[in-house]
Amino acid sequence: MTEAIAVSALRKSYGKTVALDGLDLSVAEGEVHGFLGPNGAGKTTTIRVLLGLLHADGGTARLLGGDPWDDATALHRRLAYVPGDVTLWPNLTGGEVIDLLGRLRGGMDAKRRASLLERFDLDPTKKARAYSKGNRQKVALIAALASDVELLILDEPTSGLDPLMEATFRECIEEEAGGGRTVLLSSHILSEVEALCERVTIIRAGRTVESGTLAEMRHLTRTSIAADLARKPADLGALPGVHDLDVQDFTRSGAGGLGARVRCEVDSDKLDEVLRRLADAGVLSLVSQPPTLEELFLRHYAAGGLAVEGAPV
Amino acid sequence: MTSLTGSLPLAELAARRDRIMLPAWIYVLAVLMVSTGYSFKKLYKTPQSREAVYSGIVHDPTVLALGGPLYGSSVGALTVYKYGAISALAAGLMSIFIVIRHTRADEESGRLELIGSTAVGRRAPLAVGVLLGAAANCVLALLMGAGLAAIGLPAGGAFAIGLAVGTCGLVFVGVAAVTAQLSASARGARAIAICVLAASYLVMSAGAAAGSHGGTRWLLWASPIGWATQVQAFAGDRWAVLVLPVACAVVVTVIAALLAARRDLGTGLLPDRPGPATASAWLRSPLAIVWRQQRAGLAGWAVGALVAGAAFGSIAGNIGSLLGSGTGLRSAVARLGGQSGLTDAYLAATMGIMGLVAAGYAISVVLRLRSDETAGRADPVLAAAVGRVRWAAGSLTVAAAGAAVVLAATGLGAGISYGLRGGDTGTQLPRLLGAALAQWPAVLAVTAVAVAVFGLLPGSSVAVGWTALGAAAVVTLLGPTLRLAQWIQDISPFTHVPKLPGGTVSAAALAWLCVAALALGAAGLAGLRRRDIG
Repeated sequence: MTEAIAVSALRKSYGKTVALDGLDLSVAEGEVHGFLGPNGAGKTTTIRVLLGLLHADGGTARLLGGDPWDDATALHRRLAYVPGDVTLWPNLTGGEVIDLLGRLRGGMDAKRRASLLERFDLDPTKKARAYSKGNRQKVALIAALASDVELLILDEPTSGLDPLMEATFRECIEEEAGGGRTVLLSSHILSEVEALCERVTIIRAGRTVESGTLAEMRHLTRTSIAADLARKPADLGALPGVHDLDVQDFTRSGAGGLGARVRCEVDSDKLDEVLRRLADAGVLSLVSQPPTLEELFLRHYAAGGLAVEGAPV
Repeated sequence: MTSLTGSLPLAELAARRDRIMLPAWIYVLAVLMVSTGYSFKKLYKTPQSREAVYSGIVHDPTVLALGGPLYGSSVGALTVYKYGAISALAAGLMSIFIVIRHTRADEESGRLELIGSTAVGRRAPLAVGVLLGAAANCVLALLMGAGLAAIGLPAGGAFAIGLAVGTCGLVFVGVAAVTAQLSASARGARAIAICVLAASYLVMSAGAAAGSHGGTRWLLWASPIGWATQVQAFAGDRWAVLVLPVACAVVVTVIAALLAARRDLGTGLLPDRPGPATASAWLRSPLAIVWRQQRAGLAGWAVGALVAGAAFGSIAGNIGSLLGSGTGLRSAVARLGGQSGLTDAYLAATMGIMGLVAAGYAISVVLRLRSDETAGRADPVLAAAVGRVRWAAGSLTVAAAGAAVVLAATGLGAGISYGLRGGDTGTQLPRLLGAALAQWPAVLAVTAVAVAVFGLLPGSSVAVGWTALGAAAVVTLLGPTLRLAQWIQDISPFTHVPKLPGGTVSAAALAWLCVAALALGAAGLAGLRRRDIG
């Protein structure tokens, strides 16, 4: 696999404040990669290092096979960037800014520009000072998406967009991915990341705490199970990987054949044995829920993260 | 909750934000007037010397147009002629800056939206801007009056001119309050108000040029700055005239309040005109971006420099009688201009001052790099295929070329007006154009200090950039008069500029200034390439 972005052990401090503390990030060519982390975790700092705006204190960073600091100008012809907080020149119109940014990058597709303007429903004749936050973001997004580049670096690109425009954004990114472009998507909107990204990296306090495909990451977490059984299951609590077990015994009241009701959380790699025991007890109904990305996320974001055993999932 | 709820805490906040700027404005304005009165008192001790100055001014329409009408030959009247109308103009400018800063500028930046969502009345921000502007003008009026009285001028006249200046400021508090409702941008609101202010001065000038009788003299009653002169401080103290500006200020402010009630937050009453949907072909480089941001501003500076040059040129021929027979001012001008011929010395000194002005323009353009960087406008450019040096070079080019334009406009204005009076424009125009442009290497050297700091110590670039200009101004303007040690005077690049017209040109000095500018600029760019952005 060729890597579009390869960052390892990246460090950056501002005086005494440590922004990046040995961060790793790997994005394969052609993938849409989610970049998650709480506010202040170092997402924007990482992106600014990748753009050659900041000089890292330690570690290595490679971007499209080049050095983000030394080869900045050459690399920037091959990428487009959308900042989280878009500030524009107040007396330029949106259309002018889109053209200008495209030209500074080295060219854009006029047809795509026109179709994107329509899809994002942006009036290009308004002065930038009159745009709302969402509209300023649309300007930067259109300029990036219409540019003929290999890599898109998007820093919370939808934070000001309405749900309709967010859907348009998803469509556009899916098309980009289909066209073979690489996308690094930093976002707080988990449903968006879940829908778009094959792989995600979760960082906290300047370090990578989790990286992999969503399927892999789900595997590391717990599935919640609720089952109605004909009989009381044998000794579930003794099985490894079972948490928060709650068994209600109905064998004496015997309501409609219901023997017991079981609720528990099971480590995903221990599901097999648990289901066997449940089946032995005669399953009347079963509901199992895979962990949502939100649960994954909260688990990592909470102070202590993975280290705390038995933290609420 | 009334529409003014919350004004008090807001006013406290506004006063806190302006705790340095506002006292500085008031102090400088009051001190200029009082120190002028003091030096006139020392310079023109005899009635004869004052009479000579009086007759030198009062028969020359161009001189009257510049400073306003002159009533009598007392020290007070001469002081009011020298700084009365100018102070009224400056008080108007101060009022405009205060009011726009606390109304439209806050609205544009979105700060008012945050404030508006709290328990603050709809009109409270406007009330705060008006209140702060009015308070500043009241303090200015009293301070100016007390200062002039303290140096021994008649107290009646002292407070009359203080109040004349302060009430003129009040009118422009109201004018700015109205323009803040009209334009959706602070820049636009400020520009409209300043146009009204400039027009007021021009109308006053046209009225004053008519002299003591007939013609366009009635125009003095058609301008707030004209009203300030019609108080005739130290020459009758016509207190009743003060009713005019106060009444006008009240009416205009009420209009502003009515307009404010008719519009939504963030919008202006003047429509925001749509612009082009696509960029023109030339808008494709950092240089083009800066030019697009700066062209209107540069045009303003150039016109200002042209008018200033023309004003200086028009009175240069008459400078002897304007300064009077006292040797004090004459030798001060001669020292500042570095030569004995009074007219050339005056023109050379003027060119030095306009050099400082041009440097002010250039530094403001260079420091925009820093504000672009902190505001995040640099990021999209630098994240495109634009190197840092190319990004900065756009602003540096506009700064350097813009300063040359400002200087050329000065020389053009001075050359034409001085030439027309003497009937030798063909000779004077190239001479004064050259004299103005000779300042350019020194302008570049001072500006390069700002470039160096921007690259090497970005956090303090704004403070150090302006301090460098301030230091150069103090040394250049006060050095010769105070007879400072030569090595101190040598610190200012402007000390090394040939004293033109009239002086000798030292190519070596100009070359060294250029070398210094290049070295500082290169150091700044080298620093910029190495440091973090943001």
